[in-house]
Amino acid sequence: MKEYKTISEIAGPLVFVRKTEPVGYQELVNIQLADGSVKRGQVLDTSDELVVVQVFEGTAGISRDSGVRFLGETIKMPVSKDMLGRILTGSGDPLDGGPAIIPEKKLDIVGAAINPHARRQPKDFIQTGISTIDGMNTLVRGQKLPIFSGSGLPHNEIALQIARQSKVVGSTEPFAVVFCAMGITAEEAQTFMKDFERTGALERSVVFMNLADDPAIERIITPRLALTTAEYLAFEHDMHVLVIYTDMTNYCEALRQIGAAREEVPGRRGYPGYMYTDLAMNYERAGIIEGKKGSITQLPILTMPGDDITHPIPDLTGYITEGQIVVARDLHRKGIYPPINVSPSLSRLMNLGIGPGKTREDHKAVSDQCYSAYAEGKDLRGLVAIVGKDALSERDRMFLDFADAFEDKFVRQGREEDRSIEQTLDLAWDLLAALPINALNKIDNKYIDKYHPSKKKKAA
Amino acid sequence: MSQQGTIYRVAGPVVTAVGLNARMYDVVKVGQEGLMGEVIEIDNEKAIIQVYEDTSGIRPGEKVENTGMALSVELGPGLLTSIYDGIQRPLPVLKQSMGNFITRGVSAPGLSRTKKWNFVATAKAGDKVKGGSIIGTVQETKTITQKIMVPPGTPETTIKDLKSGEYTVEDVIGHLENGTELKMMQKWPVRRPRPYQEKLMPDIPLITGQRILDGLFPIAKGGTAAIPGPFGSGKTVTQQQLAKWSDAEIVVYIGCGERGNEMTEVLAEFPHLTDPKTGNPLMDRTVLIANTSNMPVAAREASVYTGITIAEYYRDMGYGVSLMADSTSRWAEAMREISSRLEEMPGEEGYPAYLAARLSEFYERAGRVITERGDQGSVTVIGAVSPPGGDFSEPVTQNTLRIVKVFWALDAKLAQRRHFPAINWLNSYSLYQDSLKGWYDGNVSAEWNKLKVRSMELLQRESELQEIVQLVGSDALPEDQQLTLEIARMIREYFLQQNAYHEVDTFCSMKKQFMMLQAIMTWGDYAKKALAAGVPMTRILASKSKDSMAKVKFEADFEKYLAGVDREMQAEFKAMEAA
Repeated sequence: MKEYKTISEIAGPLVFVRKTEPVGYQELVNIQLADGSVKRGQVLDTSDELVVVQVFEGTAGISRDSGVRFLGETIKMPVSKDMLGRILTGSGDPLDGGPAIIPEKKLDIVGAAINPHARRQPKDFIQTGISTIDGMNTLVRGQKLPIFSGSGLPHNEIALQIARQSKVVGSTEPFAVVFCAMGITAEEAQTFMKDFERTGALERSVVFMNLADDPAIERIITPRLALTTAEYLAFEHDMHVLVIYTDMTNYCEALRQIGAAREEVPGRRGYPGYMYTDLAMNYERAGIIEGKKGSITQLPILTMPGDDITHPIPDLTGYITEGQIVVARDLHRKGIYPPINVSPSLSRLMNLGIGPGKTREDHKAVSDQCYSAYAEGKDLRGLVAIVGKDALSERDRMFLDFADAFEDKFVRQGREEDRSIEQTLDLAWDLLAALPINALNKIDNKYIDKYHPSKKKKAA
Repeated sequence: MSQQGTIYRVAGPVVTAVGLNARMYDVVKVGQEGLMGEVIEIDNEKAIIQVYEDTSGIRPGEKVENTGMALSVELGPGLLTSIYDGIQRPLPVLKQSMGNFITRGVSAPGLSRTKKWNFVATAKAGDKVKGGSIIGTVQETKTITQKIMVPPGTPETTIKDLKSGEYTVEDVIGHLENGTELKMMQKWPVRRPRPYQEKLMPDIPLITGQRILDGLFPIAKGGTAAIPGPFGSGKTVTQQQLAKWSDAEIVVYIGCGERGNEMTEVLAEFPHLTDPKTGNPLMDRTVLIANTSNMPVAAREASVYTGITIAEYYRDMGYGVSLMADSTSRWAEAMREISSRLEEMPGEEGYPAYLAARLSEFYERAGRVITERGDQGSVTVIGAVSPPGGDFSEPVTQNTLRIVKVFWALDAKLAQRRHFPAINWLNSYSLYQDSLKGWYDGNVSAEWNKLKVRSMELLQRESELQEIVQLVGSDALPEDQQLTLEIARMIREYFLQQNAYHEVDTFCSMKKQFMMLQAIMTWGDYAKKALAAGVPMTRILASKSKDSMAKVKFEADFEKYLAGVDREMQAEFKAMEAA
């Protein structure tokens, strides 16, 4: 294999190499430094005259004398079932002092798109034990449901609680967690690791760690490695894999950094125009394939810069993922955990995972009614601030109280509290019972007769 | 310069070739694997190509071959029930040849080459024909008969020979006097509109069975509509409802940059849906095009053209076609992405300067037309736009609004209140109201327009009153205004809200819509009278018949139910006034 010493320019994470023989697009590159160490990179642009290489481990130490080798293949990841229980770097090397991974297979990390015709429709309800998710924004297997949060909010705790408590009721199929950290602090990473160890989750997990002080460019491949591992476990070993990645905002920053270094025409807020496609290439790797037993469910976490949900990162994410769980600062300030604001939250696949035989027949109606009543109650808070509670009609007061009770009893729950779906729905009925029956216009009469606490008592 | 060149540069989906003799929009085969691409720019000896498949591993020096053809679709029997990717490759065939994941280098014809169709000639030797003339039929599915036409643009001539029989789409079924071979399959370049004689006025509505659409903001057959919606406002559900229930004979659904799982929902649901009109599967009159967000970006750009060309083909047979493009924003983003790879000077927000032109070219392909042969057919285009952050001032939404005539403003706030379909009745509009009035007068009721105007007034009045209520509370309003609020609430909750997942409520006939609205207004009239007669507002608000009316949407036998409500209403108000 030829070694080139024709580096013409080094800018940020990019190395420009001249006068090479034909090099393939996205080919893997090794760059040998004067001290003998090797850095890895990938071809971003190739032509007869110039090849542009992005270096994952940062360009520190690379000089114009460094040797460049093109390996003639795109990036492949060694995968094995033994990866469960291991902690790896953001580039996939062991971080836990354990032995190197002996590959059962080497897989392309880019990940081809699943043929839409080969997909199976997600329909298995995942019980997370968190009422605001199970009751109002139900997660199903094969879904990608991001957590939109802000800095200083307990999104990591929520993610951990979901990872800990998630189950498909009545199912004993093998379950694994792939955890992918991108640019999080060592302290956050430790919190995750400690919790994994404490609960014994680590042995069924694969952890990829790119910490805040690791090269930013490495973040571009970390989620791809994680997802390739997840696909291997799901589609070759029939496991149900939950992929948690945090923090997607750091990933997008890395994308922007490369775009800027290549002097590309920037899109919104300086992020590259292809960010949508790039995010989709990751998020769309969730799903279930017809005829395969396993599944990939994704739970990406991202912090919205300035709590702004219209920022390009949450915005583009929301267009690809099937809904979002929004963590709200005002609920957090009220001391409510988990501070999930159900109003802007949404699970687009909810209707597939709920109803008779999955959760309960009244689920959809109860959830709609809670949404509607909570929204009405919250609107009234603005009015109360102006005219005072006394000026409200009887009916309005009931809705106002409902909104408060909803936050205090339904949204709030303990960090270790694992509510079953029945508990969640019964709790909702208890709260709805405080409203007049004729205000329950989203619920079919037959469910009111069957589940409304006042009728239930009569029946008993 | 020759039909073959070599690759000079590869950057993502954009490949530059040298030494290639190419015209704009010629389809080329790139690299050893023969990846499909299209020439989109010519710069001296360099041809710039957008490639419809993943380019990883492709290197400079590999060959590029010109097919000499523009990007075309195959039109003929077998389109219906098909599920295609953006460049008309059947997804089930791709699954067979490449497995569960879409890899590359596989070409698959849009129409099966082996399947035989029973062609029944309806013309005979000696008949005078021209482009678009029907020469025979094929029972394509149980529901739809495909009409086999003389290729568009053919000058007037006579049939030399033509024979019924079992043919594949490539078999010669006859000849024209001018020597043209007749086949069931035609090819048509996707970027060129198919010819027609003239466009007609939009004076027939497309009935959708969705109350807020048919009732307040109707779209004409051959019209254009935009559904913008911030994410999570139920846009996809609304579009799927339209695909299921609108009274067009053919549905073309383009999932452009869609989510994989949602596309699967469409792919999984459609084959199980029965067509309310025929009892046959709905797929029998549907063509699906699925290009998810992680499939190659250039194919996403092409998918919209592929779809509309297929729609025009059925229009030319004389059918009404409704085309849904979800979402045109994803399409525009694909244009932006390719434009930025070409290092073109960006226009607003990085979109190419030709964005507006492309959008209007696309929407102009809609219309109810006199076809080439003199029949009528229509293509109704409903495009979704997804403005980032719900900001309607962004370029894709703005340029779309300048062209389309109907705007169904989906509203995330309404969705959060679980008011579905979450179409904001104050911001939406339809410019077809006047041209459609005649149809509604004749086919629904002469009263219809009055009812509609009255409901809109009430809703408008409500929004004004709501501002006061926000400040002083509803109890402080005079009683007649409280009543206005109540009637408006009834219109919103009983009429406008519609449950797409409820077996009865999912479709609402015009008759039911009319009767529902009429019942609400009748209640309003009674209430007004009672109020004038001195009945206290609290008693009117406690009306039981009002609560009964709330459930009429879930009743299949609505006439009987409403008659009951009507009796209840009369008795109740009589009792109130007597007390």
